[in-house]
Amino acid sequence: MSAIAVLAALGGNTPSIPAPHIEYGRLSPMLVVFGAAVAGILVEAFVPRRHRYWTQVPLALAGLAGAFVAVVVLAAQGRAPHLELLAMESVAMDGPALFLQGVILLVAVVAVLTYAERRLEPKAGGLPADAFAAQGAATPGGEQERAAVRAGFTTTEVFPLTMFAVGGMLLFPAANDLLTMFVALEVFSLPLYLLCALARRRRLLSQEAAVKYFLLGSFASAFFLFGTALLYGYAGSVKLGDIADVVSGKAMSTPAQLSSTQSDVLLLTGLGLLAVGLLFKVAAVPFHAWTPDVYQGAPTPVTGFMAAATKVAAFGALLRLFYVAFPGLKLDWRPVMWGVAILTMVVGAVLAVTQQDVKRLLAYSSIAHAGFILTGVIALDRQGVSSVLFYLAAYSFVTLGAFAVVTLVRDSKGEATHLSSWAGLGRRSPLVAGVFALFLLAFAGIPLTSGFTGKFAVFQAAAAGGATPLVVVGVLSSAVAAFFYIRVIVLMFFSDPQPGGPTVAIPSAFTATAIGVGVLVTLGLGLLPQYFLELASKASLFAY
Amino acid sequence: MSALLTATCVVPAAGAVLTAALPAGSTEARRRTTKAVALGVSAVALVLAAVVAARFDPHGARYQLTESYSWIRSFGITFSLGVDGIGAVLALLTAVLVPVVILASWHDADPVAPGPDGAGGADGSEAGTIEGKRRTQGFFALILAVEAMVIVSFYATDVFLFYVFFEAMLIPMYFLIGGFGDRAGGPESARQRSYAAVKFLLYNLLGGLVMLAAVIGLYVLAQDQGVATFDLRTLTDAVADGRLQLSGTADKALFLGFFFAFAVKAPLWPLHTWLPNAMGEATAGTAVLITAVVDKVGTFAMLRFCLGLFPDASRTFAPAILVLSLVGIVYGALLAIGQKDIKRLVAYASISHFGFIIMGIFALTSQGQSGATLYMVNHGISTAAWMLVAGFLISRRGSRLIADYGGVQKVAPVLAGTFLIGGLATLSLPGLAPFVSEFLVLVGTFTRYPAVGIVATFGIVLAALYALLLYQRTMTGPVKEGVRAMPDLKARELAVVAPLVALTVLLGVYPRPLTDLVNPSVDATLSQVHRTDPAPVHPVAASSGGERK
Repeated sequence: MSAIAVLAALGGNTPSIPAPHIEYGRLSPMLVVFGAAVAGILVEAFVPRRHRYWTQVPLALAGLAGAFVAVVVLAAQGRAPHLELLAMESVAMDGPALFLQGVILLVAVVAVLTYAERRLEPKAGGLPADAFAAQGAATPGGEQERAAVRAGFTTTEVFPLTMFAVGGMLLFPAANDLLTMFVALEVFSLPLYLLCALARRRRLLSQEAAVKYFLLGSFASAFFLFGTALLYGYAGSVKLGDIADVVSGKAMSTPAQLSSTQSDVLLLTGLGLLAVGLLFKVAAVPFHAWTPDVYQGAPTPVTGFMAAATKVAAFGALLRLFYVAFPGLKLDWRPVMWGVAILTMVVGAVLAVTQQDVKRLLAYSSIAHAGFILTGVIALDRQGVSSVLFYLAAYSFVTLGAFAVVTLVRDSKGEATHLSSWAGLGRRSPLVAGVFALFLLAFAGIPLTSGFTGKFAVFQAAAAGGATPLVVVGVLSSAVAAFFYIRVIVLMFFSDPQPGGPTVAIPSAFTATAIGVGVLVTLGLGLLPQYFLELASKASLFAY
Repeated sequence: MSALLTATCVVPAAGAVLTAALPAGSTEARRRTTKAVALGVSAVALVLAAVVAARFDPHGARYQLTESYSWIRSFGITFSLGVDGIGAVLALLTAVLVPVVILASWHDADPVAPGPDGAGGADGSEAGTIEGKRRTQGFFALILAVEAMVIVSFYATDVFLFYVFFEAMLIPMYFLIGGFGDRAGGPESARQRSYAAVKFLLYNLLGGLVMLAAVIGLYVLAQDQGVATFDLRTLTDAVADGRLQLSGTADKALFLGFFFAFAVKAPLWPLHTWLPNAMGEATAGTAVLITAVVDKVGTFAMLRFCLGLFPDASRTFAPAILVLSLVGIVYGALLAIGQKDIKRLVAYASISHFGFIIMGIFALTSQGQSGATLYMVNHGISTAAWMLVAGFLISRRGSRLIADYGGVQKVAPVLAGTFLIGGLATLSLPGLAPFVSEFLVLVGTFTRYPAVGIVATFGIVLAALYALLLYQRTMTGPVKEGVRAMPDLKARELAVVAPLVALTVLLGVYPRPLTDLVNPSVDATLSQVHRTDPAPVHPVAASSGGERK
């Protein structure tokens, strides 16, 4: 089916395509970010190379800050159907969408700060260098690359690329029909594939990561698109609300009168394929295989951004799909999601135990956390939504902070990510090791950190929703997970430093701010979470 | 609403932050300031805890001096504190022991240049410890942090609040065990120490996480029945008057979830294996914190939470728990007899004693439970004396092996004498404090389960064996090489031991102030479980517990 036909279907089968009514004001968060992204591309085209860094960084930060203000203003306007379902009902700027957009924007601000760090790498060609390749298109190790390094080039394209990714992520949890959701998925995925390939050091590893991510991500996108097509065949619409109506029997399937077996096949296969696409993005088992390689290979600031923001956006979309389009089908998808959640928690926690690289360890830990969040998704009530929203906010700042600390521990070859080289870090740099230990304890869900509050919220929602076995598996895998977090703490504090081991570089104010925000949020959401729990609870109602 | 309880918790917490923030540096003066500040803070906390115990009226309401502040409304969680007699006494015990431990650990966190006792690490390497410059500050700040968290646990009347601090105290304890070891451990000590620290943390975290599932389960079930709160008083009242009815399975599962965490912490056989490692590798002061302070939270919580919230399941499981505690009593004592390492011997003796405490709690009689509560206090004091003197001994010789000692009483008579008192207290010699509590526990158990009481009595015989054999092997006989020049206790060490010995004797002859404070709360706990003492078979037996109904 061609895109035009789909649009025609959206427009109510009239022969001509009506001009859509777009509420620009209500969509402003995304428009501001996309605008800043486009402006960033123009900067790359027209501003002299030596001025680009100082143009791009403020531009990106201003765009994100502006969008965040817009989100706050929109949230303050309250809710009403005409305020929430926008652009011909293809975008829903409702509570969960606004909450997650706020989180994504704040995450992006912190991530841009870590991108902007230029004090950690030694100068190249007499100019400060950042974590990104001098010239992305140059062959690794080739003459062209050496020339680019000598000339002191830096890849300031990362800022507009990130802004496009952020724009797509803002749209993803707000997308109210499957096509918009697919477009958003591609808009945020493609820049991420590129960003993964742009590490300054270990470029082959970085490019390998990007290729893996791209290939597997394309498959996932294809699954998602195919699922969309099957569901259109089933319901005659790609709108989530319409699909829900057909599922619940409120509306008839429009395009063809299928036999009920045929339509069930379309429905269940379609839902399954959509779920595969989304579970790939949240790195749930068995669609997690890309995570360790990509996390390890990507430039660390990008890994932090990806690990935090992608998860937020993808879980937002997953929530909307299950809560808006398929609540009537919960008897079918819930058992499967139970299985996925259990597998994800167990596999993530168990495989993390054997990891020897900090970034891979954090990757497996992020898989286990995806499992914890899934237990909240499955609850299928408002408590479930609000607990997932809170968990995502808490988790993303811990993740960003942890990866920002990883950028600081360096030896002559760049970041020293092998765990053995972290031995004795607590003795050389008690402050940095202490901060990293705090993040690890938050990951482990120790009380008085944000990780505990989040874990408590999702497990409580799951238990209230009757998923007691999930909670039991959850606490047991938390115990396994605690083991490997503690192993790192032991290594940092109770082991002898290796001779010639890494040193902790002194960062500029950018990374220091990023880590500081991580610490503040981790402790704040751990000690005094009430305000944010209320916010998440208020934001937990989907519009449809 | 007075803020006395909050103040008692906040003072050590603020002291921890203050101590950690004191200027770093390895000069003697800087270190002395740090220690003085820590000692001063713990003294203030002691005064406050004593005021709490003094203002507690045993004949008044069940929970007194209550305070409640809003914390996480979304989950019905409040920052609620309140004391009953048991909590007041145990918090006071904590506040007494912490200054003693600080004084005893005066040089334990100094940089490792050979200490004044000539017992530095053999090669001067500081393997496996927290780095020099902030080492002293870190050690004393961690002790105060543990004190603050333990006191909150004793005062908390909100299940969630209790859970949070019950779990959070693992982290400073973990760093105390892993970061500051016994210098007598030898070259292998760094590895063994981090092994012990990790084992401690993993055991307790697993227990805590299982309890988390039970805490969530309790809240969800209570919410279903319209009692959406974590407030202990509301919950126990609701359980008592039937507003909160748990089905048999749920009741049992939740009880086991809570009990598992407390049994790991206490520790009850067969969940005890972390304790000998942790107590063996940690400094003597830290070992006292573990066994005399932190572990008491476990037994205390059995009394307050397991019995109060799940009375039916408590009655159901009591016989099984009694069997486990009986195994613990005998097993701990037998292993103590076989130990070659002084500190591990004390650890196994403690496992045997925790068996007595848990037996007293789950005998579900008033003598048993007030005996168990007194036992917690007396075990804390007597083990602290025993362990700390052992620590002084070990720091002089640089070895934990019993075989390296002999004839110490000829060289250092005061040290040997106080060590003997600690040992005699451990074996419950009449006239010393532990005798009273052990007797009460045995009587209380015997009235309901005669067979269990009889077997447990053998624990006393075994205790005499390990305590006296230890004394005989280390203190008597010909003076061993390496012991010859051993100095006797110094003024600071005497100041550590004197109050503990005094308390052991005082509470042995006159336990009345403690029992008066504790008994009404014990009776209240027991009535929650719908248990009364078995009818006396003989009028004389009735008079022994005659003050109570």
